[in-house]
Amino acid sequence: MSYAKPNFRHPRLPKNALGYTVSDYDGAISTLCAGCGHDSISAAIRNACFLSSIQPHRIAKLSGIGCSSKTPTYFLGKSHGFNSVHGRMPSVATGASVANRDLTYIGISGDGDTASIGMGQFVHLIRRNVNMTYIVANNGCYGLTKGQDSATADLGSLSKYGAANQFEGIDLASLALLQGASFVGRSFSGDKEQLEPMIRAAIAHKGFAFIDVVSPCVTFANHVGSTKSYSATRTQLDAMPLDFVPMREEIRTQFDAGTSQAVTLHDGSVIHLHKARDDYRTDDRMAALASLQESKENAKFLTGLLYLDPNSQDLNQTLNLASRPLNDLGKVELCPGSRVLNSINEGLR
Amino acid sequence: MKQIKGVNDFVVKFANVNGTGSASANHLFAKAIFRMGIPVSPRNIFPSNIQGLPTWYEVRVSSKGYLGRRGGVDLMLCVNPQTIEDDLASVEPGGYFVHDSTKPLAPHLKRDDVTFLGIPLTEMCMREFKAARLQQLLKNVVYVGALAALLDINFSILKDLLSDQFKGKEKLISPNVHALEMGYQYVTENFKCPLPIRLQQGVNDAPHIRESEHILMNGNTAAALGAIYGGATVAAWYPITPSTSVVDAFSKYAERMRIDPGTGKKNFAILQAEDELAAMGMVVGASWNGARAFTATSGPGLSLMSEFLGLAYFAEVPVVLIDVQRSGPSTGMPTRSQQSDILAAAYASHGDTKHVLLFPATPRECFDMTVQAFDLAEQLQTPVIMMSDLDLSMNDWMSPPLEWDDDYEMNRGKILDAEGLDSIETWGRYLDIDGDGICYRTLPGTHPSKGAFFTRGSSKNEMAVYSEKGEDYVQNVDRLLRKFETAKSYVPKPKVHDPIPVKKPKTDLKLGALFFGTSASPSYEAVEILAAEGYPIDVMRIRAFPFHESLDAFVHDHEMVFVIEQNRDGQMRQLIMNECHIAPDKLASVLNYSGTPITARTIAAQIRKALDTQGSNVVKLHPETA
Ligand SMILES: Cc1ncc(C[n+]2csc(CCOP(=O)(O)OP(=O)(O)O)c2C)c(N)n1
Ligand code: SF4
Ligand SMILES: [Mg+2]
Repeated sequence: MSYAKPNFRHPRLPKNALGYTVSDYDGAISTLCAGCGHDSISAAIRNACFLSSIQPHRIAKLSGIGCSSKTPTYFLGKSHGFNSVHGRMPSVATGASVANRDLTYIGISGDGDTASIGMGQFVHLIRRNVNMTYIVANNGCYGLTKGQDSATADLGSLSKYGAANQFEGIDLASLALLQGASFVGRSFSGDKEQLEPMIRAAIAHKGFAFIDVVSPCVTFANHVGSTKSYSATRTQLDAMPLDFVPMREEIRTQFDAGTSQAVTLHDGSVIHLHKARDDYRTDDRMAALASLQESKENAKFLTGLLYLDPNSQDLNQTLNLASRPLNDLGKVELCPGSRVLNSINEGLR
Repeated sequence: MKQIKGVNDFVVKFANVNGTGSASANHLFAKAIFRMGIPVSPRNIFPSNIQGLPTWYEVRVSSKGYLGRRGGVDLMLCVNPQTIEDDLASVEPGGYFVHDSTKPLAPHLKRDDVTFLGIPLTEMCMREFKAARLQQLLKNVVYVGALAALLDINFSILKDLLSDQFKGKEKLISPNVHALEMGYQYVTENFKCPLPIRLQQGVNDAPHIRESEHILMNGNTAAALGAIYGGATVAAWYPITPSTSVVDAFSKYAERMRIDPGTGKKNFAILQAEDELAAMGMVVGASWNGARAFTATSGPGLSLMSEFLGLAYFAEVPVVLIDVQRSGPSTGMPTRSQQSDILAAAYASHGDTKHVLLFPATPRECFDMTVQAFDLAEQLQTPVIMMSDLDLSMNDWMSPPLEWDDDYEMNRGKILDAEGLDSIETWGRYLDIDGDGICYRTLPGTHPSKGAFFTRGSSKNEMAVYSEKGEDYVQNVDRLLRKFETAKSYVPKPKVHDPIPVKKPKTDLKLGALFFGTSASPSYEAVEILAAEGYPIDVMRIRAFPFHESLDAFVHDHEMVFVIEQNRDGQMRQLIMNECHIAPDKLASVLNYSGTPITARTIAAQIRKALDTQGSNVVKLHPETA
């Protein structure tokens, strides 16, 4: 990430360290249904990037296809974005990220986009530990194609048309944990206090940061009997809040000792997990899995930063990529010239 | 019996079992002929299998420099009992059959018109070498030694090649040389050497082949070097024969030439994707971000990539795809060669899409066209597909050396940097300012407040704002068509050659032939055969799609045009009919789709037959029956 001198002046709005106001992180007006959870995620991303003082144009937004994948239009209007094809954003993000390791990558997907058509690419994205933040706006249905059950819909959850889902839902957070993801979080679009710092932490994390966000579809999955409605989620919510303190910033909040766990990220930022259960640790993958399972059995919906390995090796390191972005290399670095070619010819005679 | 005679003009075929080490011995044979300065073209005909199935190696020697397949076999060397009957049957009358005589041949394996040359290969190796693996491996070297005497190969060249091959493993040189000598000695003692077909250094009737300069290389290695020289930094792929060796070679050269000298870190990334969908997605992502990226695949992979190809076409993201064509789906025939992805590639994907295709015919062109593909993809902001095939890509071809102009600069096309964005009045990603259908691209991360937009498929207006208006869509796709028109003047032009003078023409029809890729060599040869018979045929070699206007003119200037290609449906013929609005009866197909590369004899026979029965426009003959 590169930081530049601020060059914007807005008289009243508060400014971040770069001098940008939050409106510099706005996108176009949303065309989603009023009340759609996805809009809250867009707002959280906007606020997170503002608060973390990231230059908007140094962020790249990528998505697949779905209502959720449309949202990059609605935040970070100064950032390039790529609305790719259904379920295949992970590969586009992988290529983009190796081509220019200096940008911040934020991927937005849906539960259909990730857990069905894109399942293959999703697990391989985790496996490669691509340096990006990957958010699934999870509503248990295909919003854009009008409400069919998705693969994350819970067993027995009622569809808009009254039918009970007959299949076990895929839990993406558990899957990401099993597959070795270096950062796994789960949140709720209605819980801004938790979601914003979690996105900030995800962006600061070096490696693949996955956040599964329950994001109710007001049009097709917000009725009684839908397990991913606002009310069902609120009723079951068991949230572990957290705070994010970016590098070079003083810790302003005071936490009660004993109820706060601090995790330092590779860039020096600190995540504070407070008011969490005393025994929850973010460095224990097995325990995270068990907590998710336990919470489900108790008809609870556990959210929070579930697992974090601040020292994971991302794809750029695995590939031993040069520090200068590949897309910035020129003839001198790339083209070996005629002398080398002549010696290759010689070897082929 | 009349034996086939000839200096530097014959076809030798080896019948082996795969996994027995025959490949390197056979290569040694071909390379020795190459080093003697005699035009030679070896071809592997191999199964989709690792060990135990029949495999052949066909070596054409042609003083006239014909590098395509001729058809027919003059000398068969058969060490595979599984195929011996067919192998014997395929020898030309007057030809030669070299076999392992450790056990006597079955009584039914007889032919009066073939010279049998039995060598007790197994017995000799059992006697001479102890280790079982050595006995098997060196049997191949023994027969090369035998052929050296039978065909008069320069023995010291063979020895040099062995020393090259075993550099660093010197211990292996002496048993190999010994095996060569064993074979050599056996045949000189038992047969009259050399045979009436033989080699002779210095006899070369091919002025276009300068043996001192030519190299022997396969198309995939050449394409990989093209990617290195063309500045590719990201290669994403999923293994599939016959394209795999493109990325293998790219990796090999990149590890040598693309390591940052200061840090030892890599100025390239190779991503082995989970499938071809992902491979193409990675290329699209990397190219969108301004890196030169490519993938290599074959037919099934091309099918899987087609959704992304459509997106790249509409989103106008450069993509370089090397499609090494093979025969159809699944496993088995896929290790055989065809030119059968033409239509699938030209129109890959949904909606109205057309893609730029390049058709290399030699390794040199694989190199040049790969470099060019990166320039074209960026200039035209669209996918460019280089259509190679198994024959070109995996076989060694005699090729003029690769050349590089150190003044070459990558043509990145219309990309606006921060300064450019500041100096332009109104920028819209899909605004056609220059009228050539090509708009100005911006890359992520360039400018703090200008040039960002949301890349998407088809629903957008000129300013890259979401739109589902019919007018916006129509305007966009019409502009894409304009861009495709522009592409015609950017892509390599077809090659025409001076007509061969024909003394007493047997026909007054104005005849033409169109061909491309690996169909070219045997087509040139067939045209010469037919010219000698009194049929003058003008030729044009297609090198790219969209077609250059001279192709339209060529078709219009001739009364009957043969389109020579290696697929069942005459796909290039269809593409020409479609794109140049040409009536079907003007274009006659000359086809081969058996999986083995088309031969000059097949082409000549089909054209002869078509001329005898004028009017029927599709003439199909199985190559081996022609
Ligand atoms: C290859 C392909 N198949 C099907 C579709 C149709 N389609 C568009 S969005 C979608 C489902 C989206 O669901 P999800 O990812 O959960 O997003 P949501 O709309 O719920 O936010 C489908 C099936 C498509 N665009 N592409
Ligand atoms: S259909 Fe559902 S997911 Fe789509 S915008 Fe409306 S509320 Fe959101
Ligand atoms: Mg959904």
